[in-house]
Amino acid sequence: MRKQLCKGNEAIVKAAVLAGCRAYYGYPITPASEIAEAAALYLPQAGGIFLQAESEVAAVNMLYGAAAAGVRAMSASSGPGISLMQEGFSYLAGAELPCVVADITRGGPGLGNIAPEQGDYNQIVKGGGHGNYRNLVLAPASVQEMADLTTLAFDLADEYRNPVVVLADGNIGQVMEPVEFASRAFVPPPPEWTVRGTAETRHNLICSIYLEPDLLERHVRKLEAKYQRAEREAVRAECWRTEDAEIVLVGYGIVGRVLKAVVEMARARGLAVGLLRPITLFPFPVAQIRELSRRAKAFAVVELSTGQLVDDVRLALEGRRPVEFYSRVGGNVPSAEEVLAFVERKFRACAPMEEVLIHG
Amino acid sequence: MADYTVIHEKASSFYDVFERKAELQHQTHYCPGCGHGITHKLLAQAIDALGVQDRTVLISPVGCSVFAYYYLDVGNIQVAHGRAPAVATAVKRSRPESIVIAYQGDGDLAAIGTAEIIHAANRGEPITVVFVNNGIYGMTGGQMAPTTPLGGKTTTSPFGRNQWTDGFPMHVCELLASLEAPVYIERVALGNNKQIMQAARVLRRAVENQVKGLGFSFVEVLSPCPTIWKMQPVEAQRFVEREMTKTFRVTNLRDRTKEAPARPAPAPPPALVDIPRILGLVNGDGAATSEGRPPARPARALDVRIKVAGFGGQGVLMLGEVLAEAALDAGYEVSWLPSYGPEMRSGTSNCHVRLSSVAIDSPLVSRPNVLLALNEPSLRKFLAAVEPDGIILYNSEHLPEDCARPDVRMVTMPFTELADQLGNSKAANIVMLGALLETTALLDQERVTGALRRKVKSQKWFELDLAALAKGREEVRKGASS
Repeated sequence: MRKQLCKGNEAIVKAAVLAGCRAYYGYPITPASEIAEAAALYLPQAGGIFLQAESEVAAVNMLYGAAAAGVRAMSASSGPGISLMQEGFSYLAGAELPCVVADITRGGPGLGNIAPEQGDYNQIVKGGGHGNYRNLVLAPASVQEMADLTTLAFDLADEYRNPVVVLADGNIGQVMEPVEFASRAFVPPPPEWTVRGTAETRHNLICSIYLEPDLLERHVRKLEAKYQRAEREAVRAECWRTEDAEIVLVGYGIVGRVLKAVVEMARARGLAVGLLRPITLFPFPVAQIRELSRRAKAFAVVELSTGQLVDDVRLALEGRRPVEFYSRVGGNVPSAEEVLAFVERKFRACAPMEEVLIHG
Repeated sequence: MADYTVIHEKASSFYDVFERKAELQHQTHYCPGCGHGITHKLLAQAIDALGVQDRTVLISPVGCSVFAYYYLDVGNIQVAHGRAPAVATAVKRSRPESIVIAYQGDGDLAAIGTAEIIHAANRGEPITVVFVNNGIYGMTGGQMAPTTPLGGKTTTSPFGRNQWTDGFPMHVCELLASLEAPVYIERVALGNNKQIMQAARVLRRAVENQVKGLGFSFVEVLSPCPTIWKMQPVEAQRFVEREMTKTFRVTNLRDRTKEAPARPAPAPPPALVDIPRILGLVNGDGAATSEGRPPARPARALDVRIKVAGFGGQGVLMLGEVLAEAALDAGYEVSWLPSYGPEMRSGTSNCHVRLSSVAIDSPLVSRPNVLLALNEPSLRKFLAAVEPDGIILYNSEHLPEDCARPDVRMVTMPFTELADQLGNSKAANIVMLGALLETTALLDQERVTGALRRKVKSQKWFELDLAALAKGREEVRKGASS
């Protein structure tokens, strides 16, 4: 299929419908409302459900119902609405129900503003709800990835029976770029474990309550094993010009795009800079970061928060290499020139780095 | 109302043995004299009588009836506190043939789940909601409920429920009866055998309504809680009969089952092969929407970083979109990023457009080599950022004296007035586009007119835009020759 110009938020919905999503339950919020609007336009025509819920609390519980009934379903929101959905994420994960939620992040805390920020990292990646669960988290950096990772999100959600969050920022939601969609639509059959009001599913039960400590521990260990499997099998990251990189920049979403420009500019000035862009935020690309640390002398994390992703990079490196940090918040996205100045300030003193120490 | 038949055997929708229970699998976890046991059995009998056991999905709440799924031999979903109507909504919409029963207590439904029940009722979801009201939080050990009567002493109203600090007991049936959509709302009680017989009939009606495809049905069951009320079971039953019914009137509050219009059946889903067309990815004939032409190859190396800026309403975003669309058609990589939000509705607006013969790293344009400034604030805001040897098109007769940039090419023209001459000042953006194309030969005319054709739906506007393009080109040529 020929590439066509499409907004990031709209690409999510088109890819979702092609991937068999037949229900959207959500509450409008800037900068994610185009997702609800596109869903309202396309889902009824595709034989699906669109429902504007009374709140994000209701919306996420509707996802619970749709998933329990075996329908691929999604919602979308932004920071304040995602905060309200945290109860539901915990229940969905606890009851092992699949769903896809897009978080098109905006500035916080509180009402903050509607400009792009990455302050939802902790509440999405670390889990803002109660209990021992994780969301699987995908971080698109282009409209093509908004489409591709939404498709992947539905497959991962079913495979792991767990919520999957497409974590994008306001810029990736609003940007329009050429995108190529899957050429064929697909609706998977409902899984056996679902409750569909039929004789064959009558004895099925969806719940997240385990009164006996031993039973709950067994359940939590089962979830833990799934997350460990995801860490082995589902990690994705883009390494850009890292083969010979002495300085590795780390950033996701729109920042990943800015950092690509920084890499080129820095290289033009003689700095051996590369980029690691996590595509999955959970599972986190720990092995990739450690591998790069064999050659790189230092890492620099750039994010639109006061320091959330940087914690995971530091944990992955376990002190192997120094980690510098540059952040903008409040809706400001740093320009490539601004980040380049930071990189030069931090690393010019030690350039050229001829000698590369390799440990381990 | 149908006659009631006394049934002496257990309903088949009620499990013989409660295997999901850890121990004492032959008795329920409910206290002696609790109304849940009776309500469960009446519900099971209704399901049996209507022959819908296989089709039924029960939504268990949080509260004493959290384990309703231990007992009812139907499809079971246990949900978060108060959210049963939201979950039930999605189950019913996902599986319209299923019979969805949300079962909730008073804390669940009337406190934490108030929004969910009101909105499910207001949407007229064709589900059945059973609301067991015993005026107290049982599971958590006797705290005040929204339905606790005035003066009622609970662990969180130790001096009695006080209207000034705790409000009045909530009358949920009456609240829901203020909505248009519900077809059936009735309050029943478990205070004596006669009341229980009536409760059985009403519960059956409420499920039957769903079987018939009617709308939202709601049954409130006034129910004893001997343990928390600290009463003997018989005493508690009497309390329901004599005291609770004073606060909560046992009556039908809504019965529109006879006149309720039949709900329209959902349209059959389209064939999967039609989905790409529905999504606008292909035309009716299956061709890709961009006129079905094979993608062009970039004619030359290009790295254009454009900032378009002006007042909201000047067509800033549209101008950027046409450039991106035309360049995509010409085989270039493109990106278009708007400033978004309140800025779009008033004040200034801008967008970042990149056109490139190689993959685009960042869609953000911090150092434009083309600035299209539709007003003076935009010129001033972005003037300094324009790269040397770049080009600025500015919408005015004259450049402000302090805005000179000898190192960039400056095209200053009153685009709004030029568009006015064509009959509509709103075409100023396209006059500017014509001037840009004439000045830079950035893109072929046919790519731009093709993009306009796709973006502009009205023929009148399309023709105006073609005239505007020509006008912009012509003015630049005039300027060059003068």
